[in-house]
Amino acid sequence: MKWQVAVLLALATSLPGGAARAEEASSTALSLHGFLLAETAARTTGQRPPGGDGGDFVLAEERLRLELTGGAGGAQLLVKGEAAHDAIGKEVAVDLREAYVAHAIGPADLRLGRLIVTWGVGDLFFINDVFPKDWESFFSGRPLEYLKVGVDGVQVRFSTPVVDAELLAIPFFTPDTLPSASRFSSFFPYAGVPGQREELPPARFSNTELAARLYRHVAGFDVSLYASRGYWRMPSIRLDDPVAPSTATRFYPELSTYGASLQRNLLAGTLSVEAGYYDSRSDRRGTDPTIPNSQWRFLAGYQRELRPDFTAGLQVYGELMSSYGAYRSSLPPGAPLQDELRGVISLRLTRLLDYQAWRLSLFVAYSPTDEDYFVQPEVAYKVTDALSVRAGANVLGGRHDWTFFGQFARNDDVFLAGRLDF
Amino acid sequence: MNRTWIAACFLAAAAARPVSAAPNAAEIVERSQQAFYYPGGDMRARISMDLITSGGQKRSRVLTMLRKNGRGGEQKYFLFFHEPGDVRRTAFLVWKYPERDDDRWIFIPAINAVRRIAASDSRSSFVGSDFSYEDVSGRDLGADVHSLLREEKLGDADCYVIESKPKEPADYTRKLSWVDKATFLPRKEEYYDAQNQLARLFTADAIADVVQGEGRKTYPTVVRRTMKNVKSGHRTEVRFAGVAYELGLGEDVFTERALQSPPARWIQQ
Repeated sequence: MKWQVAVLLALATSLPGGAARAEEASSTALSLHGFLLAETAARTTGQRPPGGDGGDFVLAEERLRLELTGGAGGAQLLVKGEAAHDAIGKEVAVDLREAYVAHAIGPADLRLGRLIVTWGVGDLFFINDVFPKDWESFFSGRPLEYLKVGVDGVQVRFSTPVVDAELLAIPFFTPDTLPSASRFSSFFPYAGVPGQREELPPARFSNTELAARLYRHVAGFDVSLYASRGYWRMPSIRLDDPVAPSTATRFYPELSTYGASLQRNLLAGTLSVEAGYYDSRSDRRGTDPTIPNSQWRFLAGYQRELRPDFTAGLQVYGELMSSYGAYRSSLPPGAPLQDELRGVISLRLTRLLDYQAWRLSLFVAYSPTDEDYFVQPEVAYKVTDALSVRAGANVLGGRHDWTFFGQFARNDDVFLAGRLDF
Repeated sequence: MNRTWIAACFLAAAAARPVSAAPNAAEIVERSQQAFYYPGGDMRARISMDLITSGGQKRSRVLTMLRKNGRGGEQKYFLFFHEPGDVRRTAFLVWKYPERDDDRWIFIPAINAVRRIAASDSRSSFVGSDFSYEDVSGRDLGADVHSLLREEKLGDADCYVIESKPKEPADYTRKLSWVDKATFLPRKEEYYDAQNQLARLFTADAIADVVQGEGRKTYPTVVRRTMKNVKSGHRTEVRFAGVAYELGLGEDVFTERALQSPPARWIQQ
C-alpha cells in the first residue's frame, strides 16, 4: 500500500501554502526522534498451533522507529516509519505506521496520508472507533499503540464556536489484523479448506469509506455524534460449496454505523457513556449466516483516582443482535450459536510508584454471556528517561473455543520488552 | 455627586486606614496566590523539571505551559511535553474552576486520541515530581485557616510568615509560608506532617522581573524553584525560561482542536 501513501503525500505537498494563517507561516525545524524496541513473548501453555513457526515463541523482534516532524509555510509533516526484524520468521519488514501532511486554513485542519484515528470513550472497547485494529499485536504484548492501525485517506476538521466537525474519507480499505494461524491458535473452522483467499473491497470512488464526528463541550459534558459508511473490518467467510468446500473466501461486508458518546466529571471521577448502531447493509434482514447481523453496541464506564497515583476504571459493555430470530433460523446445523446479547464487564487498576517510575496495571475483562475472560497484568519501569522495560502477561480462556476471548485459551503468554528512546 | 467627589471619598477612606497596619493573613495569602498563580491575563513559559533522587540520579521533563485567566478565578492551561521521548508531543488541557472539579484532557500522540481524565486527587504527583497538582495550580484559599505569625527577614527580603492549617485532612497538618512583602511571592514554604515534622520544603531560588504588556508592566516571577521531600531527600528543581505575559492567547489555544493540532506558534522549542 506504500504507493497509495506516496500519492496522497504528493497531493498534499502540492497544496498551496499561501492560504495559511499568517501567524503559522513560520517554519519549524525538522526534528528526528524515535526508539529501539526489543520484544519477546512466549506461550506458557505449551500448546503450539499446528504448523506454527515459532515453537513456544509468539513474538521475538527488534523494532527501530524513526519519527520525523517539521513544518513550513503553514504545512506540517509527520512521518513515523519502522523497520522490524522478526527473529521467528527471520525476516525484516518495513512499515509506515503514520505519515501525513497537515495544513491549517482558517478554521479548517486538513490531513492527508496515512492517519491513525481514535474515536470513542471506551478503554479497549470500541463502538464508534470503526478504524482498523491489530489484535495480533495486542495479544502478543506489543505496546498498546500497536493495536491501532493507520488508514490511508484524508481528514478534514472544521472548528467553529458552536461545534467541531471531523470528516474522514478513506479510499483504500484496511482490515483488522487478526492473530495469525502460524503464531496463535484461534477459532477458524475452515482451516482445512484447501483454497484460502481474501477479497478486499476494491479501491473505487464509490467504495470510499466515510466517517464523521461532531464534537461539542456543553454544560460540563463532552458530547460527540458519529456516523460512518464502510465495511466490517473483521472478515466474514464464504464457501464455494457448503458441503465439500474447495475455497474459503474472507470478505468484508458493507457496514454503516451511527452513534454518540458522552463524558463528564462525576463525583471526582469521569463518567463515560457510548452507544452505536451497526447497520449491516449487506444483510439487513439477518438471514445470511455468513454476514454479521446488525447490532446495537453500548458502553458505560466510570474512572476515578481512589488514592494519589492509584486509579480504578470500571466498564460495562454490550452488543445486542438485531433480528436474532432470523439469525437462529438461518444458522447452519452444527455452527456455534451466539447469544442475542454479548455482555462484558471490565476493571482496570493502575498504580504509579516511586515518582511514577513504576507503573503497575491490571486489566480484567469477563463476559457473563460468553463465559470467557481476558486478564492482562503489566509492570513497567523507567530505568532512565530514555530506557524503560516492561513485562506482563495475557491470560485468556472461557467455556467455549469460539468466543472472542475463549478461542485464544491456548495462547496464554508472558511478554518482556525494553525500549530505548532517542 | 460628581466623579471627583467620589474619588475624593475613596482617597479619604484609604488615608483613614492606619498605614502601618498589616493586611490580615487571608488577604496576604490571597494576594500571594494572585502574584504566584494569576499574574498577567495570560502567560507562557518553557518549564524544565529535574527530578533528583537523594543519590543524585536525575530524570527530566521539559514542557511548554500556556495559561489564560478567565472570570472569577477560572483558568485554562495547555501543557505540551517536549521531553522525555516517551511522552514527547503529549499534551494536557486543564480548565480549572475554583469551586468544583477541573475539566482535564490528555492528548496521546501515539494513537491520536484525546481522553478526558479524572480530575486528579490534588495531592497526586504532577508528572512524577515532588510537586502535587495542587502545588502547581493552587489551593483554594478557604481550604485552610490562615494566621499571621510574625514578620521577619528571609535573606534580604522582608516577609510575612503565615501559618496555614487545613480544615479537612490533607497531606500536611501545618504549612508555614514566607511571603515577600514587596512582591507577595512565596519565598519559602514548610510543610509539616502529622508528627509535626518537616516533610516538604519549597524554596523560590530565583525571582526575575519580567517586563511585558502595553503598560510595560513588571511581573516578578519565580523562575527557579525547588520542592524537596525532606524525609527521602528526593527533590525537584524547576526552571522557567522564556517567560512572557500578556501575549493575547486566544480561547482557541485551549480547545480540543489545539490538543490535536498544537499551536506551533506558541509551543516551538
